[in-house]
Amino acid sequence: MKDLAEAAGQSSGAPPAIELRGISKAFGPVQANKDISLSVARGAIHGIIGENGAGKSTLMSILFGFYKADKGEILINGAQTEIPDSQAAIAAGIGMVFQHFKLVENFTVLENVVLGAEEGALLRTTMSKARAHLTKIAEDYEMNVDPDAKIEEIGVGQQQRVEILKSLYRNAEILILDEPTGVLTPAEADHLFRILRGLRDEGKTIILITHKLREIMEVTDTVSVMRRGEMTATVRTAETSPEALAELMVGRKVLLRVDKKPATPGATVLKVDNLRVVDDDKVERLKGVSFEVRAGEILGIAGVAGNGQSELLEVLGGMMAGTGLVEINGQSIDLTGKRSNGRSRRKRGIAHVPEDRQREGLIMDFTAWENMVFGYQWDPGHNNGWLMDNAGIRAETAGKMERFDVRPPDPHLAAKNFSGGNQQKIVLAREIERNPDLLLVGQPTRGVDIGAIEFIHQRIVDLRDAGKAILLVSVELDEIMGLSDRIAVMFDGRIMGERLPGETSEGELGLLMAGVTNAQEAG
Amino acid sequence: MDVMPKWADVLLVPVISLILAMVISALVILGIGEDPWAALKLMVQGSFGSTYGWGYTLFYATNFIFTGLAFAVASHAAMFNIGAEGQATLGGLGVALVCLALPWPHWTLALPAAMAGGALFGAAWAFLPAWLAAKRGSHIVITTIMFNFIGAAVLNYMLVNAMRPEGSMDPASAKFPDGTNLPTLHEMLAVVGIPFAKSAPANVALLIALLACFLVWLLLWRTRFGFELRAYGKSESGAIYAGISPTKIIIVAMLISGGLSGLMAVNNVMGEAERLVLNSVEGAGFIGIAVALMGRNHPLGILISAILFGFLYQGGAELALWTTIPRELIVVIQGLVILFTGALDNMVRMPIERLFLWRRRSRQTAGE
Repeated sequence: MKDLAEAAGQSSGAPPAIELRGISKAFGPVQANKDISLSVARGAIHGIIGENGAGKSTLMSILFGFYKADKGEILINGAQTEIPDSQAAIAAGIGMVFQHFKLVENFTVLENVVLGAEEGALLRTTMSKARAHLTKIAEDYEMNVDPDAKIEEIGVGQQQRVEILKSLYRNAEILILDEPTGVLTPAEADHLFRILRGLRDEGKTIILITHKLREIMEVTDTVSVMRRGEMTATVRTAETSPEALAELMVGRKVLLRVDKKPATPGATVLKVDNLRVVDDDKVERLKGVSFEVRAGEILGIAGVAGNGQSELLEVLGGMMAGTGLVEINGQSIDLTGKRSNGRSRRKRGIAHVPEDRQREGLIMDFTAWENMVFGYQWDPGHNNGWLMDNAGIRAETAGKMERFDVRPPDPHLAAKNFSGGNQQKIVLAREIERNPDLLLVGQPTRGVDIGAIEFIHQRIVDLRDAGKAILLVSVELDEIMGLSDRIAVMFDGRIMGERLPGETSEGELGLLMAGVTNAQEAG
Repeated sequence: MDVMPKWADVLLVPVISLILAMVISALVILGIGEDPWAALKLMVQGSFGSTYGWGYTLFYATNFIFTGLAFAVASHAAMFNIGAEGQATLGGLGVALVCLALPWPHWTLALPAAMAGGALFGAAWAFLPAWLAAKRGSHIVITTIMFNFIGAAVLNYMLVNAMRPEGSMDPASAKFPDGTNLPTLHEMLAVVGIPFAKSAPANVALLIALLACFLVWLLLWRTRFGFELRAYGKSESGAIYAGISPTKIIIVAMLISGGLSGLMAVNNVMGEAERLVLNSVEGAGFIGIAVALMGRNHPLGILISAILFGFLYQGGAELALWTTIPRELIVVIQGLVILFTGALDNMVRMPIERLFLWRRRSRQTAGE
């Protein structure tokens, strides 16, 4: 078997940069990777796509030495290599850029790059050598970063470049990027792709893990699809289509676009005027935001994560104090008082699907039925006098789980035991079935599998069609474009402008997201 | 998916931990030249072999139920209240002040008043740490442990300077009036014709402890407040999303916790000593932590593990009385049980989880 593979490698010239043979890994009862074989040619950009929980990250963690595979072997440039830890991975020429950067915030770029790769007892020699080295890499690959800037002072796009520089400084020949565009504007993402193409042309091998079909189509040479821990296909990107990849990911045909009728907006439900929020660190997060949402329409808030969208949702949902005017159905809402909290908002007909369902929207150790009243536990309908009506809640939960297709439909199962998509369906079921006047939705499909995305989008549109107002915050531009009836773009705590989805382009929105105000003229 | 079935989680793991602690204790006893088997027999005989033994075992267990519940309530709100010792000390003061305040005609009148006094003083002693935690972000572990020392000093002062009867050399209060003496199990069981040792200290407070178990269960798992308390304990950000006030949860949970600790005094001060003495709590506040950990912070589990620790206390006393095993070694044995059932829980849990996984996987393979 081994001879055969080697022979195959030799017959096609150089051995592949990475070859995985029969990798299996189980966590408890979950088989995260099942007999995975993969071969990536040197000097190629190889995409790995799959839903959350398909096993992409596990596979890459094995390659980078974070986990040890139960079975299987790894070959780097044709030589069998043991990777017991990340040191070994770096020694084998593998670099990894994580979704959440591993940088020391109050160190400079240079200090972060040499951290862990210092030579000798004195820092100074390393530093001057590194500075020269870094300047050269940065020039070669169009990666301009000030080596003396502190990490906390530079943008996310630049921070990501520092992560890449870190790997290159350690002579990485193989670069793995895990969901690299999640925090980037479209323009920054384009820049990243240019860098990746440049690296590829220099002979580096790049593995790009993502769940965004568009990126796969745009930048990769070959792509592998993972589903439920198995590698279901490896194809040339040029010979496939987004629809075909989606079908391979989910295992059935998927509608990638939201099917919706034009909106018929009614009276104004939510009016926000000059809303300001200062956070605990005394940083002004919202700098005078004004907009309206009417009954029967979806207002989408586009923007790169961290530009005030989260704070907007939190202040409207009662999780944070703010100043300014917020009216619901023509009546103003107290934004600072002692009674300004999630409970008083819910009583005013505001439902909230928070951005982070695991930390906020659900209590992960609670059962599905407990979570189904979470936030509404005070409602007399859920209580018999002093005691909660647990039997009644359970019965109701069963119905809601069925209507929202939560699988498995077991009210006694703890929230943590559901998949991301089903967790989100529990939150949606809870909030939508309250029949609110206004629904606040943050990142409704983050970490949700494609099959469930379709369902969740449909439910949000259904609520709109029932004449409710919806405020949608998402960092996924596709989602904003597909769902919204109007789009407002946020940058640095302000709304940069409003557009209609039919009359704008991703390019124009991307410029607004980057804070370019004269987008009208530019577009 | 949960790896282990529930019965393994709540029964198998603690039982194996206990057996491990016993094995090591046996080795220690063997090491000093005594017979561990005989020692175990003596302990069981001493604590369960007679109604006298039972009377002591249940008396200790009653203390541990109160402090165990106290720890559990705070623990569900993510508050690590290790101040039960001080709160029970102050509870004792409250009980004593109530008992000495009036010439109580009958215990049925004195008991509710003493309970209120004990709970109030215990809760008050928990209030300041709770307020500091909720408003100033002070760490509850630090403040409650400090308050244990302050509580001991307050009691010392009160006994020596205020409550000591004229002419007495003993730092203790006067004896409580007869109208406050609680019926012992001997008296209560005599009503239904069951003979029970007369001199054993177990008393009506045991029934209050059992009632407290039920009420704590009701509070945590059946009321809105319990729902909010547990939600806050699992996720503060989640609680804020749901509009639950962290300040309210922290303070109320700690007040309940302190109140339960304070109620312990009904058993040891009012029920047994019938006067207030120095160090009346005797470490029961700390044992409560182990009791709650072993009982998985559930009232039923706390009840069972409180009886187990009652057995260790009473059995240990018997050992010290009848063998050459020194008193210190009995503390070692108790410490081993706490170590294994509380602190080293994961040491036992992990291998058992792996065992269940292995079994499940081999079954799946067989099924394929």
